Amino acid sequence: MTIGLNAFLIVAGLLFAIGMLGVTLRRNTLVMFMSLELMLNAVNLALVAFSRFNGTMDGNLFVFFIITVAAAEVAVGLAIIVALFRRRQSVMVDQLNALSS
Amino acid sequence: MIDFLFYLFAGLTLLTALLMVLSPNAVNGAMFMIVSFVGTAALFVLLEAYFLAILQILVYAGAVMVLFLFIIMLLNVEKENRQFGKSKLSILASVLGFLILSGLVWGLFSDPTTLPAPPAISVTENPVGLNAESGIPFTTSAKSFGYSLFTKYMLPFQLTGFLLLAAMVGVIVVSKRPSEASDLDSNT
Repeated sequence: MTIGLNAFLIVAGLLFAIGMLGVTLRRNTLVMFMSLELMLNAVNLALVAFSRFNGTMDGNLFVFFIITVAAAEVAVGLAIIVALFRRRQSVMVDQLNALSS
Repeated sequence: MIDFLFYLFAGLTLLTALLMVLSPNAVNGAMFMIVSFVGTAALFVLLEAYFLAILQILVYAGAVMVLFLFIIMLLNVEKENRQFGKSKLSILASVLGFLILSGLVWGLFSDPTTLPAPPAISVTENPVGLNAESGIPFTTSAKSFGYSLFTKYMLPFQLTGFLLLAAMVGVIVVSKRPSEASDLDSNT
């Protein structure tokens, strides 16, 4: 394989930037949450690449833990979004301004 | 061949991620997200992390995205009709994305040394003589995962289990109907 570490890191960085773009650009809480997952995924990719090119297993273990924590985080976050929707009938962040000014 | 596969799956992952961010319909976005996760799993396979690739498809593309789709369809969210690229926020988003990218490119290419690709690992390789103190070598076997989880990463492993329990309890409490919660409060 002639693909080096840098290529994987560039893909991971691009994914992270796209996720960041989604979090700041979108107004829908669900899409923002999916963009957060995308950013976690980018970090996973970078960690696996580092682990492979370093020749140790630790990066893979970190990714294992990140996947577990992300699954728990998604469950809690979606429960919060459902509770929010039940109360405010909307998931758009523009309309969730009860605490502003 | 592997180079071609890398470019194919990296392109697929990035393209579908961008489509997810830009698609106004959340259901379409979730579908693109699934493709993006599968593309990332393919990149994991190219990095010889087969166990994580399967885990990625099972947990992310399977469980997490099904949960997302279920909630999106349950809430029946209206479409965003705002035009992208017109507001202050989209300018801020573009600037942030550009800063991350330029920092990454500068960080990667200011240092001319690049790591060569390590030699490929045999799939049938069975790790022997594992020792947590001297570091776990990279193998494709799930045995390395199990050994590391129960030696070097015992405490994080236990904490993750506890976190899952806490998340489960938290989700039940959060998604309880408010009237039942008030009944519970009045009884105590």
